[in-house]
Amino acid sequence: MKPVVHFGAAVALLGRFPALAGVDLDVARGEIVLLRGPNGAGKTTLLRACAGLVPVVRGEAVVLGRDLRRDPRAVRRRVGLLGHATALHDDLTVEDNVRFWGRAARADAGDVEAALVVVGLDGDLRDVPAARLSAGQRRRASLACLLARRPELWLLDEPHAGLDAEARNVLDSLIAQAARQGATVLLASHELDRAESLADRVVDLVGGMTVSPPAAAASHPGVDQTAVEGLEPHRVA
Amino acid sequence: MTANPPDVTPDIPAHTGSRASRILGVAALAAIVLATLYGLVWSPADVEMGDSVRLMYVHVPTAVFCYVGCFITTLASGMWLWKRTPGWDVLAGAGAELGLVFVLLALATGSLWGRPTWGTYWTWDARLTSTALLAVLLVGYLALRRLDLDPTVRSARVPVLGLLLVPNVVIVSRSVEWWRSLHQRATVTTLDPQIDGDLLVALMTGFLAVGLAFAWLLLHRFRVGWLEYQAQRIDLDEAVAARRAEAARRTGASAAAPAATSPEPAEAVGS
Amino acid sequence: MWRDALLVAGRDLRIEARSRVATSQVAPFALLVLVLFAFALDPDTGVLESATPGLFWVAVLFSGLLALSRSAALDESDGVRDALRLSGLEPGGIFLGKAAAVAVQLLALQAVLAAGVIVLYGAEPSGVALLALTCVTGTAAVAATGTLYGALVSGLRVRETLLPLLLLPTLAPVLIGATRAFEAALGGDTLTRGWAWCGLLLFFAVLYTLAGALAYGVLLEGS
Repeated sequence: MKPVVHFGAAVALLGRFPALAGVDLDVARGEIVLLRGPNGAGKTTLLRACAGLVPVVRGEAVVLGRDLRRDPRAVRRRVGLLGHATALHDDLTVEDNVRFWGRAARADAGDVEAALVVVGLDGDLRDVPAARLSAGQRRRASLACLLARRPELWLLDEPHAGLDAEARNVLDSLIAQAARQGATVLLASHELDRAESLADRVVDLVGGMTVSPPAAAASHPGVDQTAVEGLEPHRVA
Repeated sequence: MTANPPDVTPDIPAHTGSRASRILGVAALAAIVLATLYGLVWSPADVEMGDSVRLMYVHVPTAVFCYVGCFITTLASGMWLWKRTPGWDVLAGAGAELGLVFVLLALATGSLWGRPTWGTYWTWDARLTSTALLAVLLVGYLALRRLDLDPTVRSARVPVLGLLLVPNVVIVSRSVEWWRSLHQRATVTTLDPQIDGDLLVALMTGFLAVGLAFAWLLLHRFRVGWLEYQAQRIDLDEAVAARRAEAARRTGASAAAPAATSPEPAEAVGS
Repeated sequence: MWRDALLVAGRDLRIEARSRVATSQVAPFALLVLVLFAFALDPDTGVLESATPGLFWVAVLFSGLLALSRSAALDESDGVRDALRLSGLEPGGIFLGKAAAVAVQLLALQAVLAAGVIVLYGAEPSGVALLALTCVTGTAAVAATGTLYGALVSGLRVRETLLPLLLLPTLAPVLIGATRAFEAALGGDTLTRGWAWCGLLLFFAVLYTLAGALAYGVLLEGS
């Protein structure tokens, strides 16, 4: 079966700096892969390259069956990126934000509502302007924006940062649920204990290059098996 | 990397001259001498304008070649967006820079011509006004080029602005001319005088001289820009190699980087 | 694409409604410009009355710069730019939506300025159809051009100084045309010539709307 993500000796630039100097990566559908590495190793760049936001200038880069070197925009709608910077408009409320980004991706009101419920922002917080949210609440709101789009490939950059224990558990079960329902998850994290138990395997990134062979598949102890319904990834034609 | 120090790499020439450019340069010098003789000595003064018409022999060609420079910039910007070969970007910059030099010359000579003719250095004549606006448009374009931008950002924004240059110039000059024509009294002493006979010959030599000088300058400016681009490409290969070496040091393993030393030809890296 | 435009326009206007920058800062600034002109040009000499059309449109341009700068700033932050690229929205639609939102704000602003000009300068409007249509086409021209140029300078540290430098020379024909059309409407010139100038504004608006819709995708990618 064709991998969802395939990178071969890929080189990607940030400005003139080769943030990725030779990445080899294959991720199968439904896998949860953890990207591990020191700061500056290129984890964020790799995630953004998978979304087609950073151009790959050498090597191979195929995501969801589309060649990113030829057409970086091909997979945009089908991936969801949770990055360091949030895409929230400070003057809009949580609900306005999720609704805007959801509707931009052709989601309907039900998807938007479900996303708000899952992250726990469907109560009083939904009418709060984004500027007045705490860091953790902003994270959750950003996550809701991603959920409303129902992407096939999840790209999560340090998703646990700023979340309290309960929110982290919800996130972990969301990730596990998404993978079971056919989405593929690539996450970068410094929270190694939690992430390693969540992930199917680990890929190490140092100095812009993938280094060690994939670790053996691990079980998922301690992940709350709360089922989350109705958020299967869309298959966009 | 090789044992040679980078700045003595055989590929990089020591200067931008060549046989073709030397011939062109000599021809330009000859034409300038000829035009000077014709303009200042051999042609008679104009019946109405007197000796100040001699400034026209420089003013009109510089204005025309400024438009040529703008046209080159817009065309090259379009080609850059279409083909994505970096030479077009270099050409666009060269065209705009020369355009600015020549438009300032045109404004200066036009202003100097205005002093004896109208009594002032400046008047809101249609041509002078729209030429001044053209200068500002070029300054803006060059200001954007001068910023230290991420190559991806740069390769999108600079050519779009360059593409808009000629349409802007056309619309601005048409509007200004239409506007001023409502108020202008019919006058013989405009910046587009009727010139014929010996005076026309002088004007033609002026065109020849300015044109050859423009071509020579463009050639050299383009080559300098091209060398700058080449220097950046070499930097990329070095940077990739350095990053890999650092990665190898960090992991302690020998850098078994596959295909690291075979740079692919002419990657358009967006600068 | 039109659906996307509507969505983006709605977002921009909703942000404006929540933050009220246009009403609490840009409109007062526009009126302030009118007042400053009165200081500079001495109301007693009659210069102010005859210069009213030009001063009106200069005030529109300066206030427009503020509104356009803010519109560009909305989509400047890293997260929002990435999200826009990933969102699947048509870039042409994003452009049209943003330009439309700015146009709405500018039209509201012009209503305020018109009131200001009538009250402060004693202007007496006539030829209302020409005035109205000039306002609409002039606004469309400024909004479209400004949104395109806003995208050209968005995210740059020097955005505040570069935007006026690039935009104002480009908008010179709009200033010329709109002022002449207003002068014609107020009796200073034949109405036919006024309508001709209005036609120029329409041409300009259409040209830059097309250019912006086409170029916005390229500009969004190069971010």
